[in-house]
Amino acid sequence: MENEIISPENLVYKKPTLMNDTAMHYCPGCSHGVVHKLVAEVIEEMGMEDKTVGVCPVGCAVFAYRYLDIDWQEAAHGRAPAVATGVKRMWPDRLVFTYQGDGDLACIGTCETIHALNRGENIVIIFINNAIYGMTGGQMAPTTLIGQKTSTCPYGRDPHLHGYPLNITELASHLTGTCYVTRQSVETVGAIRQAKKAIRKAFEASMAGKGSSLVEIVSTCNSGWKLSPVKANKWMEENMFKNYVKGDLKDTLTEEK
Amino acid sequence: MAEKEVTLMKGNEAIANAAIRCGADGFFGYPITPQSEIIETLSLLKPWETTGMVVLQAESEVASINMVYGGAGAGKRVMTTSSSPGVALMQEGIAYMAGAEIPGVFVNVQRGGPGLGTIQPSQSDYYQATRGGGNGDYNVIVLAPASVQEMADFVDLAFELAFKYRNPAMILSDGVIGQMMEKVVLPPYKPRRTEEQIKKECPWATIGRTHGRQPNILTSLELKPEVMEVRNLQLQDKYNQIKENEVRFETQQMDDAEYMIVSFGSAARISEKALEIAREEGMKVGLFRPITLWPFPSKQIAEMAKGKKGILVAEINAGQMIDDVRLAVNGAEPVEHFGRLGGIVPDPDEIVKALKEKF
Repeated sequence: MENEIISPENLVYKKPTLMNDTAMHYCPGCSHGVVHKLVAEVIEEMGMEDKTVGVCPVGCAVFAYRYLDIDWQEAAHGRAPAVATGVKRMWPDRLVFTYQGDGDLACIGTCETIHALNRGENIVIIFINNAIYGMTGGQMAPTTLIGQKTSTCPYGRDPHLHGYPLNITELASHLTGTCYVTRQSVETVGAIRQAKKAIRKAFEASMAGKGSSLVEIVSTCNSGWKLSPVKANKWMEENMFKNYVKGDLKDTLTEEK
Repeated sequence: MAEKEVTLMKGNEAIANAAIRCGADGFFGYPITPQSEIIETLSLLKPWETTGMVVLQAESEVASINMVYGGAGAGKRVMTTSSSPGVALMQEGIAYMAGAEIPGVFVNVQRGGPGLGTIQPSQSDYYQATRGGGNGDYNVIVLAPASVQEMADFVDLAFELAFKYRNPAMILSDGVIGQMMEKVVLPPYKPRRTEEQIKKECPWATIGRTHGRQPNILTSLELKPEVMEVRNLQLQDKYNQIKENEVRFETQQMDDAEYMIVSFGSAARISEKALEIAREEGMKVGLFRPITLWPFPSKQIAEMAKGKKGILVAEINAGQMIDDVRLAVNGAEPVEHFGRLGGIVPDPDEIVKALKEKF
């Protein structure tokens, strides 16, 4: 019988139960889908399905609340860390995280980001850095690389005109309130596994009251970059990783052990 | 003997004390004159050690209103306070709260504007308060205290109204009421709501999906205009209910009045004295004081205005509430304005003089 193989003992992989069946609006090849899945898996594995509140940004992940089967608040542009502060201070036993892009977190919401992290709020910030404004059609982001072309720097980012890329994750690693600051990516199976471990570690640290965590995921925006998904991954590896070096920037959790 | 404890304090201190007593769960604020005593008093009283109320100084008014969004969206009684320039910064958050139907409370202890303006009292944020203030078609419930006692009493009332209608509610005060000291009877202690009570009273709150229920999502976003129009119409239905049920006002000596002064907040206190002086001089004047500025007591003003020789709207601004009074009266009786600007508080004599000159 051809269906014999479909039995519980043979199950090696399944869709996380917290992922809704809603079709995603993300472009094929975008990193968001993978990161959503990792967040869903970690919440499920921690058994926090009924005790998690997510805060959505303004940007491509504005509709994250459609895809993960948990309670959500949609924040104004950049304000997610302040909103998450309000939720967490009111319900300290809940798992509270924000999910934000570079424009939301490192530009319009820089103040809220820095101060929530520096207060040591027991929240986790998941930071998708694809060096471009995806939702509005590919404008320059605070993290756009020098020379990178976008619709508002069509001749390439010129520091004399546009200033420099903001390495906010490095900045976060210097703040006393943060306990875990890391930079990950999701372009290979190995990277995905590392990123999942980082998200789990950050979520657990927030529940243990260790302080703020920032998990940056260096991501692709193949539509905004005008590249195929495969070429976008390659471009990310060759260009993004030079400016946004992967790895743990701060880890007081391991140092404690 | 159950004596009511009478104390002497500033309006700002009354707000802080009342917040703790009425079971508030959280206060998020940023210092600005003339209302910094609110967060200072709360910090001194340390309610986190007694009732469990959280007090946090935010990095900006933008952050504090968004902390209110988060906390109130999670079903808690959460508030912030500020003064005019800070409240201007909060308008984004307030519009989002209105759109997502989040019941936060905020206080504006007004000062003169525009811009950085002055630190002296003003009522020049009336338009901002009563017209929504941010983007979109919405209203917030606006209570205008005229005494330190009302500063204390309106905190709980604002929370009750906010949660009843899932709508932001505002206390529109000013530097006079915030800074002046008066006798006040603080409200009795009311316990903070338990998790079970919050789940029952706020089934919409985002506190983690209670097992078995669909997730709660609080958002003001909807890309389909036909769906967004329906949501807007639902909001308008709610606002109409509030207009129907929640109008509050007070009148003084209207029975034989030939003239009517309409004033709110601190201006109404000055108008009370003006009324006394005018009556001593033989002018039969009454006072109408809107307590809710939105919903505005339009019907009641129209009724009271009938047959009056003149209606003077005395405000500490360039003429803002007068628009609502004129809309209410609809040309049937003469309506004129008196106001001082930029942080100058008028004397009662000036109001009496305006009454005589304008009618």
